[in-house]
Amino acid sequence: MSNTKFGIYGGQYVPEVLMNEIINLENSYNKYKNDPKFTSELEFLLNSYAGRPSLLYFAKNMTENLGGAKVYLKREDLNHTGSHKINNVLGQALLAKYMGKKRLIAETGAGQHGVATATAAALLGLECEIFMGKEDTERQALNVYRMELLGAKVHSVTSGTMTLKDAVNEAMREWARNYKDTFYLLGSVMGPHPYPTIVRDFQSVISKEARRQILEIEGKLPNVVMACIGGGSNAIGMFYNFINDPDVNLIGVEAAGLGVDTGKHAATMTCGRLGVFHGMKSLFCQDENGQIAPVYSISAGLDYPGVGPEHAWLNSIGRAQYVGATDDEAIGAFEYLSRIEGIIPAIESSHAVAHALKIVPKMNKDDIVIICLSGRGDKDVAAIAKYRGKNIYE
Amino acid sequence: MNKLTEAFKNKALIGFLTAGDPDIETSKRYILEIVRAGVDIVEIEIPFSDPIMEGEIIQASTLRALKAGTNVDKVFGLVESLRQKTDIPVIFLTYLNPVFNYGYEKFFEKCQKAGVQGVIIPDLPYEEKTEVELVAIKYDVDIICLVANAPKERVQKIAKSAKGFIYIVPPMGSKEENIEDLVCSIKEVSDIPCAVGFGVSTLEQAKKYANCTDGIVIGSGIVRIIAQYGKNADLKIYEYVKSIKEAIKS
Repeated sequence: MSNTKFGIYGGQYVPEVLMNEIINLENSYNKYKNDPKFTSELEFLLNSYAGRPSLLYFAKNMTENLGGAKVYLKREDLNHTGSHKINNVLGQALLAKYMGKKRLIAETGAGQHGVATATAAALLGLECEIFMGKEDTERQALNVYRMELLGAKVHSVTSGTMTLKDAVNEAMREWARNYKDTFYLLGSVMGPHPYPTIVRDFQSVISKEARRQILEIEGKLPNVVMACIGGGSNAIGMFYNFINDPDVNLIGVEAAGLGVDTGKHAATMTCGRLGVFHGMKSLFCQDENGQIAPVYSISAGLDYPGVGPEHAWLNSIGRAQYVGATDDEAIGAFEYLSRIEGIIPAIESSHAVAHALKIVPKMNKDDIVIICLSGRGDKDVAAIAKYRGKNIYE
Repeated sequence: MNKLTEAFKNKALIGFLTAGDPDIETSKRYILEIVRAGVDIVEIEIPFSDPIMEGEIIQASTLRALKAGTNVDKVFGLVESLRQKTDIPVIFLTYLNPVFNYGYEKFFEKCQKAGVQGVIIPDLPYEEKTEVELVAIKYDVDIICLVANAPKERVQKIAKSAKGFIYIVPPMGSKEENIEDLVCSIKEVSDIPCAVGFGVSTLEQAKKYANCTDGIVIGSGIVRIIAQYGKNADLKIYEYVKSIKEAIKS
């Protein structure tokens, strides 16, 4: 079963009650992933419903302003539901349908993955239940209503720290109880094998398009490709088709919160240690006793104590580089991109933009940087206003 | 025959609690009450922040124990001090991360020293257990396997490699026949004892499951009493365990 791991990372560390269903999932995925009926149906949904391919936009103002490399933005924010999440959700929801499942369950932090899942469930006629930490349901009341509007039931999770990791715990428990008719639609490149592979495959459309687009526009490959990283789904999607291009530097930007020395961050690559949690061996923020540590970021989408196993592996072999951006830096980038390009980025994606602001000016004028703009920032406006001392209703 | 297997001469009763709920000293007292009430094996949970296999009652107990400052070393200390009073077989239930973090070598060496005969790790399925079992074997500690509703082929594959006893997780809403079928599949390939863990707390459930297996685990029933009575649960625990013991004897 060596195909379940990336180097030493990954694996299937889940309770026996789930193993049979996980094997079933892997077999089904392998059966359908190259089935022309499945792939053409998925392609149709991605193009006609989600709005793919997404644009590769040359950020002219930003490029001139920074005076270094040419900056391109991969516009995942223009997808239906406003982020890259829909790429994976449509793939898995269609797989669920092919497997004869009647019901989707999913975890969500800020609500983006929950909204995308509820959307796909509505489209494909499946029941849907979303698990969301109680704290998050209060912080993101608008997204809760959005999911309900789409016909999903939102389950407020009151166990543990009442945030994303507890939502994953609860979704796994629910899956163990009802695996016969229920499909667990995991939102990132994490969890037990085969999820990290399935989610990566469905997200790799980002770099498949971007690689083709940049070659068409510039006639050469970029020097740097970058993305924000929590669990790591938009980052792996952005990296994947460039991994075999050794001259393309891959940079993941994680949430340094109030600073990596403050203990208030979600910088797993910088501060995490090897461990086993949520079905995978990877890096996790944990205390000296191996208890999973609470994490913090202004961005709910990056607020997860672990990182996908393929990223841990890319990091260990030095193929990708992982750095941090603080809340302050991300908010600065949020406001910067809004004003200079007229594009309001998600606070998650703003972490990648923040790092670009540091490195782009030092690069040559004929260098090229692609930033994955994983989502749009409408959802974050109220929170940023609050950060700036202005209270507005969502 | 090892000490764990031997505990299954008659219908075995396994009593479970979380170490450190409400605190380590009280846990020790409660374990001695459970032993006095007649259990054959004591199962002690080393608390983990995210026990994904547990229901609400044991999750809450885990959090209380962590809040009280329980860690792996303190739980080893608990077992060592128990050993001055009883030689009852002891097993641990915990999740892989605390063990991995502690270091497999150090963990199982300490298990052997303290007289812990087996360890149940719910998030360590058959596919991943080799990395842990290679070390556990060295120190003569059994990694106890879980079996759930799975095709016969998988159940038998697990049973063939299982040590100590098998922990059966009853499928949701399962009837006696489902458990009987599982036990039959196991006994076709191994004479290892089978106990039902998870979901046994009432006298009726205890009788039903004891009928078709070699033993039962009572966990949430005991933990619920601790949640209710805190540090004054001694007698209630004793009476509850005693009543289950008598029910499965008859």
